[in-house]
Amino acid sequence: MRNNRSSVPSERYAVAGNGLLDRRLFLSAGAAAAAIGGAPPSKAGELPIEPWMKLPGSPFVGYGQPSKFESKVVRTFASLPGTAGTGASRTPHHLLDGMITPNGVHFERSHSGIPDINPDAHRLLIHGLVKRPLVFTLESLGRYPRESRVAFLECGGNGQLLYQKEPAPVGVQAIHGLVSCAEWTGVKLSTLLDEAGVDPTAKWLLVEGADAAGMSRSVPLAKAMDDALIALFQNGERIRPSNGYPIRLLLPGYEGNMHVKWLRRIKVTEGPTMTKDETSKYTMLLPDGKSLQFVFPMEAKSVITQPSPGLTMKGPGLYEISGLAWSGYGKISNVEVSADGGKSWAPAALQQPVLSMALTRFRMAWHWIGGPAVLQSRATDDTGYLQPTRAELIANRGTKAFYHFNGITSWGISENGEVKHVYA
Amino acid sequence: MFMHSHLLAVASVLAVVSNAALAENPNLGRIAAPEEVASWDISIGPDGAGLPPGSGTPKQGEAVYTAKCLVCHGEKGAGKPNDALVGGRGTLVGDQPPVKTVGSFWPYATTLFDYVRRAMPLNESKSLTNDEVYAVVAYLLQLNGIIGENETINAQILPRVQMPNRDGFMTFSRGK
Repeated sequence: MRNNRSSVPSERYAVAGNGLLDRRLFLSAGAAAAAIGGAPPSKAGELPIEPWMKLPGSPFVGYGQPSKFESKVVRTFASLPGTAGTGASRTPHHLLDGMITPNGVHFERSHSGIPDINPDAHRLLIHGLVKRPLVFTLESLGRYPRESRVAFLECGGNGQLLYQKEPAPVGVQAIHGLVSCAEWTGVKLSTLLDEAGVDPTAKWLLVEGADAAGMSRSVPLAKAMDDALIALFQNGERIRPSNGYPIRLLLPGYEGNMHVKWLRRIKVTEGPTMTKDETSKYTMLLPDGKSLQFVFPMEAKSVITQPSPGLTMKGPGLYEISGLAWSGYGKISNVEVSADGGKSWAPAALQQPVLSMALTRFRMAWHWIGGPAVLQSRATDDTGYLQPTRAELIANRGTKAFYHFNGITSWGISENGEVKHVYA
Repeated sequence: MFMHSHLLAVASVLAVVSNAALAENPNLGRIAAPEEVASWDISIGPDGAGLPPGSGTPKQGEAVYTAKCLVCHGEKGAGKPNDALVGGRGTLVGDQPPVKTVGSFWPYATTLFDYVRRAMPLNESKSLTNDEVYAVVAYLLQLNGIIGENETINAQILPRVQMPNRDGFMTFSRGK
């Protein structure tokens, strides 16, 4: 969406400084035509007849793959020293669009590799403070009524690079690649807990995976009864092994670590179990030396994915700024964009559907005149919470909290069109 | 077995609750036998309930640590290539990077038993005996100066161990 001519009537459509234009420029065909007109003819010559226009293409395959020309659209990953599958992989948001993350590039976080689980041998045990401890097979779970919901999943550590004193020279994949969004389908956890008969003294669950790390977390019973899902399907197909095959817990809006993958056991308890990942990790160290514990929902947040580092501006003209916004507390109600480092803001268009606790795509029209710019976005959710600046967040929380960074990300654009991560 | 649990569950539904959603539940969970629960129930809460019989001393733990843990966690838990387990006291405040170890950060000693037993050593988790786990826990607590060299850790003692950062945590509440 680019036009090399400088005839864009930016003043007529200006909504904020440094070239931000009324979103109706894109949404209204008339306005767009008025602004863009037609591109000038390219140099003369016939349009080529390519080989694929003349010869039959490839045969069918059982399970399709992206075009070989899209080989850069892959996760990046790193493992702990001495391991091959203990670490995280990150979604290439700068190369994607829409609100759904394809299963092959959904982010992953594993604590001892990806177990190779035979679904026929997998069991889910529910026990503890219940009338009837129960064992479920995949076959039996498959007989229960299912429901689907689109939900983002975000690692509690996503964005932690922004706590660093200097801006990391990286892009959206390295900084914000630990969030993805999928349609998850499965059985309501409340249905299974009701069948087991939860004791009135119970307030928490201990949930545990069948991986070699036995990943375990404590989950408030109230959340489990509200909207937790025993997820079996991800974007219409069985959950991928790296995302919990054959079942994972889905806790909409909560930090990713709690959505325990390869779920094998749920113990109903009175209090939290104080597992390693809710004490030594996933707690937020504050400047006074105290740490915040049980920080469950991911706070409202947004980031511009196009343009962003790794993508270069190709000359002055009209561009679409696009990005993602989400909140673990509800729906995104507004996203504002700035092209002048936060001096002036204008509302972006929200791509429908806008769903609670799902990634929301926003779009903004921008006439880049070829000068320096700092692009930012800030989200407001339907509780009225406004995403803070990085400086505001650090003033409140310090730089040692590591987790749950939700401040504003800034992309600096230089006169030659290079896009860099900056603090502004 | 299916019919048995099915009838049992239906009977209890009728007897205990009248919930329309529950009545539509296919009720396919099979009642778990106590030994089935026991073989998987490895989580240990801060009260220590469920800790197995057995015990270990720092000296016994040093041998286990050297054989099974040192390659990843360094001499005497100093860390590298992976997490440091010892030291870091006093680093939670101030400008230096925080060193969050068992001694400087972990609020409950029970967590150490739970985690080592379920997840360590990384390449052969759940391979240590209960005595070995108690011993490694004792060694790490001793290296951190939390227990003495001649103390023994077992199911009764572990939940009573006072961790230095026990009061270092606050429950999060949005907007505070």
